[in-house]
Amino acid sequence: MLILTCPCCGVTGEETEFHAGGEAHLKRFGPGSSEDQFEEYLFMRENPKGVHFERWRHVNGCGKWFHAARNTVTLEVYGTYAAQTHEPPADLRDKITEKVPGWTWREFQ
Amino acid sequence: MSTRLATGGRLLNKSRALTFTFNGKTMKGYEGDTLASALLANDQMLVGRSFKYHRPRGIVASGAEEPNGLVNLGQGGRFEPNQRVTTTELFDGLTAKSQNHWPSLEFDVGAVNTQLSRFMPAGFYYKTFMYPRPLWKHVYEPFIRKAAGLGAAPKDRDDDTYEHFYAFCDVLVIGGGVAGLQAAKAAADTGAHVMLIEQTAHWGGRASVDGGEVAGKPVDNFVDETVAALEAMENVTLRRRMMGAGVYDHGYVLGYERLTDHAPEAAGPRHRLWRIRAAQIVTATGAIERPLSFAGNDIPGVMLASAVRDYVTDFGVSPGDRTVVVTNNDNAYLTAIALKNAGLDVPAILDARVLPTDSALMAQAKSLGIRVLMGCGVSKVQGGKRVTGVSICSQAGEGAVLEEISCDVIAMSGGWSPVVHLWSHCGGKLVWDADQAAFKPDVDKAPTGADGKPFVTAAGAASGALLLGDVLADADGAGKAAATATGHAPGQSAAQAPVASHAPEAPMAPVWLMPQGAGIKLRSKAWLDYQNDVKVSDVQLAAQEGFQSVEHAKRYTTLGMATDQGKLSNINGLAILSDSLNQPIPQTGTTTFRPPYTPISMGAIGGEARGDVFQPVRRTPIHDWNAENGAEWEPVGQWRRPYAYVRSGESTHDAVMRETKNARDNLGLLDASTLGKIIVRGPDAGKFLDMMYTNMMSTLKVGKCRYGLMCDENGFLIDDGVVARIDDDTWLCHTTTGGAERIHGHMEEWLQTEWWTWQVYVANVTEQYAQIAVVGPNARKALEHLGGMDVSADTMGFMDWADGTLGGFDVRVFRISFSGELSYEIAVKASQGQALWDALMAVGADLGVMPYGTECLHILRAEKGFIMIGDESDGTVIPQDLGLHWAISKKKEDFIGKRGQERSHMVDPTRWQLVGLETVDKSTLPDGAYAVADGTNANGQRETQGRVTSTYHSPNLDRGIAMGLVLNGPDRMGEVLSFPGTDGKEYKAKIVSPVFYDPEGEKPNV
Amino acid sequence: MSNIVSALNNKAYADGIAEVREIGLQGMITLRGDLASSAVKSAATSVTGVKMPAPGHANSDGQHGICWMSPDELLVLCPYDAVADTLEKMGKSLAKAHALYVDVSDARAVFELSGPHAREVLAKLVPVDLSPAAFTSGMFRRSRMAQIPAAFWLHAPDSFRIVTFRSNAQYAFDLLKVAAQPGSEVGYFKG
Repeated sequence: MLILTCPCCGVTGEETEFHAGGEAHLKRFGPGSSEDQFEEYLFMRENPKGVHFERWRHVNGCGKWFHAARNTVTLEVYGTYAAQTHEPPADLRDKITEKVPGWTWREFQ
Repeated sequence: MSTRLATGGRLLNKSRALTFTFNGKTMKGYEGDTLASALLANDQMLVGRSFKYHRPRGIVASGAEEPNGLVNLGQGGRFEPNQRVTTTELFDGLTAKSQNHWPSLEFDVGAVNTQLSRFMPAGFYYKTFMYPRPLWKHVYEPFIRKAAGLGAAPKDRDDDTYEHFYAFCDVLVIGGGVAGLQAAKAAADTGAHVMLIEQTAHWGGRASVDGGEVAGKPVDNFVDETVAALEAMENVTLRRRMMGAGVYDHGYVLGYERLTDHAPEAAGPRHRLWRIRAAQIVTATGAIERPLSFAGNDIPGVMLASAVRDYVTDFGVSPGDRTVVVTNNDNAYLTAIALKNAGLDVPAILDARVLPTDSALMAQAKSLGIRVLMGCGVSKVQGGKRVTGVSICSQAGEGAVLEEISCDVIAMSGGWSPVVHLWSHCGGKLVWDADQAAFKPDVDKAPTGADGKPFVTAAGAASGALLLGDVLADADGAGKAAATATGHAPGQSAAQAPVASHAPEAPMAPVWLMPQGAGIKLRSKAWLDYQNDVKVSDVQLAAQEGFQSVEHAKRYTTLGMATDQGKLSNINGLAILSDSLNQPIPQTGTTTFRPPYTPISMGAIGGEARGDVFQPVRRTPIHDWNAENGAEWEPVGQWRRPYAYVRSGESTHDAVMRETKNARDNLGLLDASTLGKIIVRGPDAGKFLDMMYTNMMSTLKVGKCRYGLMCDENGFLIDDGVVARIDDDTWLCHTTTGGAERIHGHMEEWLQTEWWTWQVYVANVTEQYAQIAVVGPNARKALEHLGGMDVSADTMGFMDWADGTLGGFDVRVFRISFSGELSYEIAVKASQGQALWDALMAVGADLGVMPYGTECLHILRAEKGFIMIGDESDGTVIPQDLGLHWAISKKKEDFIGKRGQERSHMVDPTRWQLVGLETVDKSTLPDGAYAVADGTNANGQRETQGRVTSTYHSPNLDRGIAMGLVLNGPDRMGEVLSFPGTDGKEYKAKIVSPVFYDPEGEKPNV
Repeated sequence: MSNIVSALNNKAYADGIAEVREIGLQGMITLRGDLASSAVKSAATSVTGVKMPAPGHANSDGQHGICWMSPDELLVLCPYDAVADTLEKMGKSLAKAHALYVDVSDARAVFELSGPHAREVLAKLVPVDLSPAAFTSGMFRRSRMAQIPAAFWLHAPDSFRIVTFRSNAQYAFDLLKVAAQPGSEVGYFKG
């Protein structure tokens, strides 16, 4: 059972305090978007063996959503960061590169 | 025979005799006994029957690895099957019964299977019971179910209580032997917060039995002094009778504490499951002795050598009068020496090795007059329900008998395997130690935690250090390393591990089969897994048949799948497999070690969650009144809502019919407190709600209500409810009963993760208010009787709301209707909910008031063709399917679900559409029934053209009414469809408008 | 009004290793807004007379207090009878701010869990380090208590205040009672 640190309230808690919310940094497509764009938005997901970016909510806590950068194999948590962003912060990406040189995830590396 | 010795028994309190029964026979033991030692003291070596062949089984071990000694323990609410006799502490009045035999332990009919064992090899079930297929269900499975299984299932509710406990520490040391004690001491000396847990009732592990000296004094002194030192430290917690059950991600450990198993009359919970979060874990879990594989090694009286000396030293019990020791290592000589010193007869030590010179222990044994036969092994054990003798052969040969010796115990040792379970649970890897012929933790491949760093260190025998001096040095290092990893480095002056001495030992020699060239006759009587009856020949057959992966071979043969999870059989089994596959053992690898280490009680896993607190039941402020007034409950999410208020002498159906008629004729009250209530406020609240709902909410006028629909991005309907505009910046959104938390979360998610610049705050105020629906032709009169605010049609029109007072209560009144009647919903502070309800019941007395439940609510809304989330919607239905086009804005550029609803499948005209269904004979359609069409689909199933979504008997129309989704339904009014029921009947129903009652909507409009 | 009743009407249990009591109605106001803005800060502090708490903390004085709920939410405590006045005062402070302030007093139940074993009773139910070194006076924690959401803080040494939803009050009470059952002392927390 994982432990995560909520960047919104600072609490480090066990997984039962949190709720996993799927892949991070999805771009919403609404009316006017093409079938392909909408399909991509609604259904297409990364399933990496290694570095992954996810959304989590501190549901039994401050109630806030946040992002987590995690390794799906080792379960190492590289860091958590605010939900109000479209991409992982640069310092976190650097930290991951130190540990997993050459990682890529969607358009990020 | 096995018996109690006049002397010895370091764990016993001989001043306190205890009485217990085994299979109804009264026996005596002492405080400090395990059930196993007490049974042996009463000459009860035979304790059970094996799983498959029902062969007689005796006690083999003295600890958690025991495969045979499983009993049904206790009675009634304290009955528990499959309890290990070696880890059950004796208490006065204990009752135990042996398992898996009929009619008796001594004489078992199922034992005939052993004569058939030739016909029941590995994979027997798979091979035999495949064909003909119908026989599986009717013949094979019932037979196997009857024959298989060990203990009986409990019949009564568990009398005991259980609990969890959340603990946090820097260093958790698992195992209270000398390694655990030294590791804990070394870690604690740094100031780290240390917890040390031990599964048995005693500290020190095997050391006291096996002897040796620490700092020039007997090892017992070291144990006592270290325990005393740890007890005195503020930063240390010591717990006995607590097993490290499993190691999980990020330093999570389950500790299984048995509080009252040894003292059943004590108050408090029976077991406590510790949910420990440790920064670092030291596994000081010791090692387990391996059996040797020779013919007849399962006959009662064949025991692990270490267990034999445990019984003699710890419990003053001699397992037999004449013990032959058979070994491939020096360690087992300790058993021969201990027995001899206790005055017992040891006719011979059979040592499979050939050594150039005698080791110290060999010399000591010989000096005691014990005969040592080098290069020898067991050809065959003689005896049935008890060992009577042993045939000796050369280990290098094929089993030709050199000599026969009569004996009643064979003490065997195939070497020691580190207990690597806890190291391995969370991904720790293993490395093959050729010297000890065992897997041990690979220190370079430890489990890693949240920070990517190792969090488990093995210590002592668990890390492969088997001799006392090595154990202490290794454990000291492990304790210091673990503490250092938590930021508590030992200082320059930190104490070093005490120096220990022990007799030097000659190297062991791997022996996987005895004798080496044993033929099939011997191999098919050489047991690997005692509980599941897996023999050397079974594993060899599996390899021959192509089961090369150790995981496949395990499942095919059932090796290691018994309750002991292969603690004794694992290494021996995979050595045989490797040999059959002609590959080295490390290449074969091990099966996966999974928690728990030994089985833990279901009660402990459930913890406090049983009885009244099995799950949360949410109660409205009017719950108690409901309960006292005949409510039959309907669970809605975690809420309990009255389904109907049943009066005495009335059936539930009668009550529903009565309530439903009365609400239309007079006055009904509904406890609607469970409806979700969410405040949405801010300059962008209107814009936000326009995205949340399919219809327009920003244009709603203050003081007005509007019914709204919510969809997900797929376009599917997820919730509905009435929205009221409170002021310019504030809306109040009602959700379904089950939807409050979900919809609140849905709103927060969009606000936090997509539109975070929008100025909107939401708050879930569901429980702040009790809400009461006042429904029926007399509704207005009831409110007027309470008095305080104008609720006339002119002042408060349909879909208006107002704040005011009624009967002295501060209330918010919504004139909305989910019943098609004149109706008001009144919100009042929850703490006054019951008082308002009482007031309404009082003023309604002359107006024909009756409370009504959820079933009546359903019928009232179905009579009006109103949809219900969860009935008409099921996660695949869009509002357009339900004829709700009027509630979907065409003006809005965007809302959640709009794009989804534009997809080709969502605009397909052949999507099933909502209609009313009226049975031809007035009966009630079965819920969920499908309307059949002509022909069959690709799977040969009847084609369908619709299904029932809601169906009721309407007392107001005196007929069955239903709603359903039907292909081209709205265009097929008057057509009769056929609905086959699961009762075999065919129901006929006509397609009609879903509005059955008061189609003009005149009733609420007064 | 005499017909105002809290969820469990001050139900208590005193036969276990810690005392459990529903303390009756406590005034509570949810305040959402920019916690850095002076309007929001003063709306909370002026009506309670206590200072703004740090994240994860609560400041309280008798029935008055401020609990930090999240980066944009406070729980303002006041006497139950004073809620209407307090809301009105807060409304004046917040007239020009984008904020939400709403009475939630009736939506909650408040329990007192007290006695020398209070910490270990609560630690049977919440996945939080409640050792005296880790959970200290002034801290405010929202978490999970068995199967329901709960928030708690140390009201006094050895005395927790625990807030749950009103509908869960009976469950919460029964849960605390089970956790405090006689003979269930753990003995883990020292000092």
